[in-house]
Amino acid sequence: MKNRNFFWFILPSLITMLLFIALPIVSVVVQSLHIEHEAVLNEVENCGPFGCKKELIINVDETKRLKLEKPLGEFNGFKTYTNRNHLAFEEIKLAWSQSESIKQFISTSLNLPFYRALAFTLTYTFVVTPFVLFFGFLIALGVNSLPKQMKGPTIFVSLLPMIVTPLIGSLILFWMIDAQGIIGSILQRIFDDPNLSLKASPTLTWIMLMVYGVWHSSPFAFIVFYAGLQTVPSDTIEAAMIDGATRWERTKYVVLPHLMPLTIFILLIQLMDNFRVFEPIVGFSAQANATSLSWIIYNDISNNEDQFFGSAGATSVLTIIGISVLLIPVLIRTWREFNRKVV
Amino acid sequence: MSNIAHRRSPLLNIIIWGLVLIWIIAASFPFFWTLWGSLKVQGDFFSKADWTNAITGVRTQIETGGAFTGNGYFGAWVTKSFWEAAINTGIIVFSVVVISLTLGTLGGYALARSGKRYAFYLLMLALIFRAMPHITLVSGYLLPFFEWNLWGHLPTAIIVMVAINQPFTLWMLHSFFLNIPKDLDESAMVDGCTRFQAFRHVIIPVMWPGVVTTGLFSFLLAYNDFTVTATLLSQSNQTMVPKIASFLGTTQTEGNVMFAVAAVVSATAPLFVLILFFQRQIVSGLTAGAVKG
Repeated sequence: MKNRNFFWFILPSLITMLLFIALPIVSVVVQSLHIEHEAVLNEVENCGPFGCKKELIINVDETKRLKLEKPLGEFNGFKTYTNRNHLAFEEIKLAWSQSESIKQFISTSLNLPFYRALAFTLTYTFVVTPFVLFFGFLIALGVNSLPKQMKGPTIFVSLLPMIVTPLIGSLILFWMIDAQGIIGSILQRIFDDPNLSLKASPTLTWIMLMVYGVWHSSPFAFIVFYAGLQTVPSDTIEAAMIDGATRWERTKYVVLPHLMPLTIFILLIQLMDNFRVFEPIVGFSAQANATSLSWIIYNDISNNEDQFFGSAGATSVLTIIGISVLLIPVLIRTWREFNRKVV
Repeated sequence: MSNIAHRRSPLLNIIIWGLVLIWIIAASFPFFWTLWGSLKVQGDFFSKADWTNAITGVRTQIETGGAFTGNGYFGAWVTKSFWEAAINTGIIVFSVVVISLTLGTLGGYALARSGKRYAFYLLMLALIFRAMPHITLVSGYLLPFFEWNLWGHLPTAIIVMVAINQPFTLWMLHSFFLNIPKDLDESAMVDGCTRFQAFRHVIIPVMWPGVVTTGLFSFLLAYNDFTVTATLLSQSNQTMVPKIASFLGTTQTEGNVMFAVAAVVSATAPLFVLILFFQRQIVSGLTAGAVKG
């Protein structure tokens, strides 16, 4: 295709992506270097029967004017990044010098909002992703060996958890695990503990969110693996059988290697999607026990009265750095493979 | 697979069947349970006494005189004007699908036919864009949108979702176009068509299966979105998903959680219908990206 033709064909798509994906990233970086104006204070002398007192009051008009003039706020450099709500260098240093053991240091650090969110996000990503791959593969193997007329309906119900709106899916489960819902009350009966609540304890909340994550994403891995299983070369399988390979050996040496590229693909998509975990926390109202990076950004900007763009910007930049670090190995692999195929 | 060598031992069969059965229950039961429960009163769906009340509907009998009640649905759709949100969702979803498919087919076609180095770089760039968490992008929009008075309107949310959707749409359509033989449009160009005429008269008539599949996924992205719609739309333009989220706070205190339950079921219904009719396309779409790279 001629360069000129290519340019006109791709232009509309490219413009929207540059305007609404590339520019916002720049905007986020700029925001993160600024901080909201402090309220303008005026000193007023207040004289009463008991003498005069000096008071500070907020000059509303002046504050408003300043905000209109410079909506970005004051330039703040990297101070937002290092403050208590983000990387918290001071607090970490202090915790390091005061803690007696590594364990204490870690638990002090995990009380800081950013590290708390980071810990949950990473745990969620690295627990949910392997489980999704594992269950997806298992279900695919299972469904693949079902009689033909049962495959369709099974795939139909399997698609449900994946296709349902994440917020709605988590709400549906949330109502069921409520102490007065079906799963919650059955669990109470099993453990014989009428006060058992999945929402109260941080550990149980984390487990609950991850179970939701696996439930939500397994169908995706299942479908991809299932399609891959249809293309396993039957010659190779038969050759392996003639050589005396057992079912397990055939799965391990023929089927698994054949599905390897698919595994990389699912891994890539899952890492991207799990790292941005956000809706389940809203749906399960779990913010008291579990927050994610996306959730703290949302928390900074969703409040209509006070929006902290500087703080949200800094967390966003840190999140983008995080996802880049996480994806670089997989991206390099995709890059190489694609290169081999196309050129 | 009727030959003897493929036959499985009975034990393996039981394990496989058990596994699939557990999965089917785990995947579908929550939905049927919630659908059933949405027709009961709150005292049954969240029963303090006994969870089996939700099945028998004891309190529903007492409070409404029937085994089922539509009170939740009436409350959500009429009292809380859920229909407004449904209309907004309809507008947004329709526009996002149409616009992103239009841009995506043009771009995806170009990427599939270019064969140049830069097309590959663009695809990699799109992949990186795909990785950006949506909320980080949204936090970049807010301030400029406020300044330019763009915040709160439906078109703003639509164009933002089209853009966020583009990387995925480009990848998917690109892999579909790779499957359409090059000879088709090239022979049209030999016959004197320009590139655009070849696209218009030769490619468009044969591209529909791929476009329908990609459209389904654009639909899902727009329909399921919470991040963009919750932060970029004003109260009066709210769509279904953020509306349900805001129900949670208000209904919990007013004691009518059933409104939210009914709204959740109503919002899930279209997705059900979608899978019912388009299961094959969804499956082929999920695998198109993967199997062909």
